[in-house]
Amino acid sequence: MASKKESSFVNMVLTLLSITAFAALALGVVYVVTKNPIEIAQKQKQEAAIRQVLPAFDSLKVVMLPDAEGNDSLQFNIATKDGKLIGVAIKTYTNKGFGGRFDVMVGLLPDGTINNTAVLDMKETPGLGTNIMHKNSDFPDQFEGKNPASFELKVTKDGGDVDAITAATISSRAFCDALQRAYKSFEKNKSKF
Amino acid sequence: MEYFVIIVSAIFVSNIVLMQFLGICPFLGVSKSINTSIGMGAAVLFVMTLATIATWLFQYYILNPFGLAFMQTIVFILVIAALVQMVEIILKKVSPSLYQALGVYLPLITTNCAVLGVAILTIQKDYNLMEGTVFAMSTAIGFTLALVIFAGIREHLELMEVPKGMRGIPIALITAGILALAFMGFTGMA
Amino acid sequence: MNQIQNFTKGFFKESPTFVLLLGMCPTLATTTSAINGMGMGLATAFVLTMSNLAVSLVKDLIPDKIRIPAFVVIIATFVTIVELVMQAFVPGLYEALGIFIPLIVVNCIVLGRAEAYASSHGPWSSTVDGLGMGLGFTMALTILGAVRELLGSGAIFGIHFIKGNFMLIFILAPGAFIALGYLIALINRIRKTS
Repeated sequence: MASKKESSFVNMVLTLLSITAFAALALGVVYVVTKNPIEIAQKQKQEAAIRQVLPAFDSLKVVMLPDAEGNDSLQFNIATKDGKLIGVAIKTYTNKGFGGRFDVMVGLLPDGTINNTAVLDMKETPGLGTNIMHKNSDFPDQFEGKNPASFELKVTKDGGDVDAITAATISSRAFCDALQRAYKSFEKNKSKF
Repeated sequence: MEYFVIIVSAIFVSNIVLMQFLGICPFLGVSKSINTSIGMGAAVLFVMTLATIATWLFQYYILNPFGLAFMQTIVFILVIAALVQMVEIILKKVSPSLYQALGVYLPLITTNCAVLGVAILTIQKDYNLMEGTVFAMSTAIGFTLALVIFAGIREHLELMEVPKGMRGIPIALITAGILALAFMGFTGMA
Repeated sequence: MNQIQNFTKGFFKESPTFVLLLGMCPTLATTTSAINGMGMGLATAFVLTMSNLAVSLVKDLIPDKIRIPAFVVIIATFVTIVELVMQAFVPGLYEALGIFIPLIVVNCIVLGRAEAYASSHGPWSSTVDGLGMGLGFTMALTILGAVRELLGSGAIFGIHFIKGNFMLIFILAPGAFIALGYLIALINRIRKTS
């Protein structure tokens, strides 16, 4: 390796500087190129979730409203058809999941009845907690068409009306917690739609 | 209460080695005796805490204000590498005895994915500086705990008659699996 | 060694997972299903190939003492590129693999190949080496993922053979250790007899 550069101080600093500069340049370019697709991908995912949880609508208004306790705000997607309110998709969350926080999109009809749900981001245990998603089990089906005013959003073990997933009570509880948060916030902000 | 949850969850419920699979290399490599495990654990505790504080400051005072969050990976690994070097130099000057105890483990730590992993997790979980520090320290304690228990089992395993094909890494992995099974008992505690 | 041998050594003789036992963290963590294992393997293979090529191109310009930090910067750059590209085009997989994408930086295989191979070989051989090792790693992860998915949820690549949950433990953390332990024992056995 006769051609190898000497490890002098100037050489080392110059080399590291130029490598870092190159790296920063390359990353900058990739960042700019991927910035739009990333935003589109995230937006598409959210829009798909809203479409899934609400009946067909023609216009959508997004507002941030305070939750029931008033210490945090949730995203409300208010959907109308021909100027008439047909439902609200609320992006709610829970911190009680087995893998920590997860987000759920909940579609509520104007009277508060749950239309459908879609789990957005979660780190629940594959094969167990992931059954909160439609594609994995029929657990979420039991919420459809139920109004939390009469349907107690708690697992049967805790005296509620929800049949928990076998061996995934924590995830089931967390799911109920997220829905409860959405429903309460919906009730509180009802006058604003 | 908040801190209590962080501590219990980091040490037991989501133990970094057995549940999150970070730092497996030192877990399998350095865990031949209890003494070296404690040494490695102490070095990780030291570096992980410092690294989490340093990367947290970088994230919130440099990366976020300048919109450079996408450079997180590259900045964090450089900060950690530089930090390990600095700790090594300072330790050598200030406390030769401590350096002698931890020194051999330090170079191994730069490539310990647990350190970078915890730094990134701290940001992902939106911890503030104090919570992050507590999280890093308890994670390191969890790491040490797993390492020491595992080393204890392996010391006994040396004397056992293990089927030929299973000797070495396979039996070590299966032991780790059973240990992970035991740690699953903590599930749902925090 | 000719290029074909150079390429295939990563699959069996010097398999990074089963023989050299490198990169254990992503191996255990991301193989909950065959598709996740494969995604992780391909992401690593890309970083490995590109960083091997880059290192072999600039190796003579880098003074010896700062070799390692320079390699780390190069690797971290490619990892970030993979992160951004995956986030943009395969967001589902990006979320499933989570923190283990940025952690490719500290995967011993990548720095190991840069240091042991690319820093002393030409660009062509280094690329082949990186590609072979990377695909070998991908293969190992896919196999482990398939085994765990089959035992855990009775499916491979999401195609169900057995209805309902099977031996769930194989998808959970302990199953990762146990499945890999037995796989390595099996490979040891095959290597001895052949």
